[in-house]
Amino acid sequence: MSITLIEKDNGYKDGFSEFIKNFASADPDWLKSIREEGISTFAELGFPTTRNEDWRFTNVAPIARSAFEISRNGYIEPSPEDLTKFMFEGSTSAALVFINGNYAQGLSRTESLPQGVIVSSLTEALRDHGELVRQHLAKYADIKDEAFTALNNAFFVDGGFIYIPSGTVLENPVHLLYVSAPTEKPGVASPRNLIIAEENAQANVVEQYVSLEESVYLSNVVTELVVGENSTLGHYLIECESKKSFNVSTLRVEQGRNSNIRSHSVLLGGAIVRNNVHPVLAGEGCDSLINGLFLPSGRQHMDNYMKVEHVSPHSDSRQFYNGILDGHSRGVFHGRIIVHEDAQKTDAKQTNRNLLLSDHAQIDTKPQLEIYADDVKCTHGATIGQIDEDAIFYLRSRGISQVASRDIILNAFTNETLDSMNVESVKNYCSALVADWFSQRKSENNK
Amino acid sequence: MLEIKNLHVNVEDQEIIKGLNLTINKGEVHSIMGPNGSGKSTLAQVLAGRDTYEVTEGEILFQGKDLLELAPEERACEGIFLAFQYPVEIPGVANTYLLREALNSVRKYNGEEPLKHVEFGRLAKEKMKVMDMDDTLLKRAVNAGFSGGEKKRNEIFQMQILEPKLAVLDETDSGLDIDALKIVSDGVNALRSPERSFLIITHYQRLLNYIVPDFVHVLVDGKIVKSGGKELALELEDKGYGWIEDESKAAVNN
Repeated sequence: MSITLIEKDNGYKDGFSEFIKNFASADPDWLKSIREEGISTFAELGFPTTRNEDWRFTNVAPIARSAFEISRNGYIEPSPEDLTKFMFEGSTSAALVFINGNYAQGLSRTESLPQGVIVSSLTEALRDHGELVRQHLAKYADIKDEAFTALNNAFFVDGGFIYIPSGTVLENPVHLLYVSAPTEKPGVASPRNLIIAEENAQANVVEQYVSLEESVYLSNVVTELVVGENSTLGHYLIECESKKSFNVSTLRVEQGRNSNIRSHSVLLGGAIVRNNVHPVLAGEGCDSLINGLFLPSGRQHMDNYMKVEHVSPHSDSRQFYNGILDGHSRGVFHGRIIVHEDAQKTDAKQTNRNLLLSDHAQIDTKPQLEIYADDVKCTHGATIGQIDEDAIFYLRSRGISQVASRDIILNAFTNETLDSMNVESVKNYCSALVADWFSQRKSENNK
Repeated sequence: MLEIKNLHVNVEDQEIIKGLNLTINKGEVHSIMGPNGSGKSTLAQVLAGRDTYEVTEGEILFQGKDLLELAPEERACEGIFLAFQYPVEIPGVANTYLLREALNSVRKYNGEEPLKHVEFGRLAKEKMKVMDMDDTLLKRAVNAGFSGGEKKRNEIFQMQILEPKLAVLDETDSGLDIDALKIVSDGVNALRSPERSFLIITHYQRLLNYIVPDFVHVLVDGKIVKSGGKELALELEDKGYGWIEDESKAAVNN
């Protein structure tokens, strides 16, 4: 069974009726209305264009003019061995695998979890914990002005569901692995993740997007992360999909009083990647660390859109995004900080540093501060530059070879963001991905 | 050890060094003094191998080898060390990491085994004591957020670890208070030996009270115009550079 979505000739609307009939007929009414609101909002908005200030630097026309298929089958399911290279060393509490957006139970596993912890597919959660899902699903991620989120609301098939009850610590991370297997026609997957931590809870979640082959498809992801009072949540997004794929990912975080989140993104794959990170520091005394590393090369385009909202007093946010751009790639960092009227004593800091390895690479960096309170501290800074030749010469003058000096400088730059990762196994996995990237750059540039 | 013959150097098509001759033998301490813009730092950078400086004429021999043919890292491995006038900040690279990489590169070049972590740690600790440095400086990123004095001290600390054959100190004394100056000088003096030579570039005579040179040269407008013993430094302190500049102009005009 497959459904084709294309923007022209009302394709998304027609596809939606088909989708409801074939994929979502068993949905409860409340979910059906979320989907209907999604498709009608999308019908009003259409895909964003570069005339939209939030999309000024990212042209999604290649997504808009393509036809994508939602399918339950029509691909060969990978074997566990095919997935080994996507697994990081070290223990996980659970690893859920999704192939082309569909939950692959046979490839997934869950270790024995602490009392009350739920890790399952969203479909299973809808069946077994419907009321819990209803309370939170689509309650946080905005669809007003957000065409891709609206589309996800309409068309999501499955995703990860994680629930950490009050006072519970989940020692090992939960791994959500989204795999794209080749299909005859370009596919679309709309993963939908819901992660809920009650009070005094602690967990780490890794979302990883990979491809088995260099194929064209769209991943349109929405993750809602609800962090209760005094809880600590780590979220890792690792994007290493095909260089022909499109990935639009939205992380919406809702933070309770005195909660602490650490969001990390590592972007390596994709032709056009849009990484939306939108934490709302709703309670007092929240702490948010929003870090990222993006490494485009060739003709890749990576857009990081941050929207950090301070709602209550005494919250701190720290954004730290580093980009290294090679080839004809293009990067965007749009860092928006909104400090609402009641959010006195906000301390918000934003840094975006970029290294251009090629004369043809391009980065647009744009800070945007909207401050409605009068007693706040907000700073932002952006740098764009080449590798510091003075630093290279300094290292060489101490006896270190030119190649090694360059590696040291580049590693220092990536480590600035990787070092803040708390989960050692994931940090090592990401460091290895980055090291691969560097050696690929070297071999390509030597050609 | 070092022979510079008729050296001419251009920076962005402008000639900065205009026929410089200098010979430094094993174990000697030479000082080059001169007004701002006379080419002192250019000489230091050329010796270390900075490629933004173009040598248009002349040659430099280091232990009989053509120095200008060597890459900066090869010069370091052969035993040349430059203490930078403006040490570079390298965020994200720990001081100790840089030093261990550097020392082991030099050792490898000279056919020696790399030092183990423990051995390096012991060496670093010993040298830190000499330089009156805090352990925490080792873990911090190279020069990042260091005060001016800490940066200069760190340069001499690196020199202590690398034990070069020829150390070039480029205005290491500039901006130091008297306590830091003493520590830096002690660090240099501790390394003085019949096997090791020094080229100390300075704007001020003050440093030479602590590191007593064998020879003092005055560099004006890209040339050494006067050479002498340590008394020359005192004379310069007394009378400034004006009289030498006048003397050299007079010599040219005659």
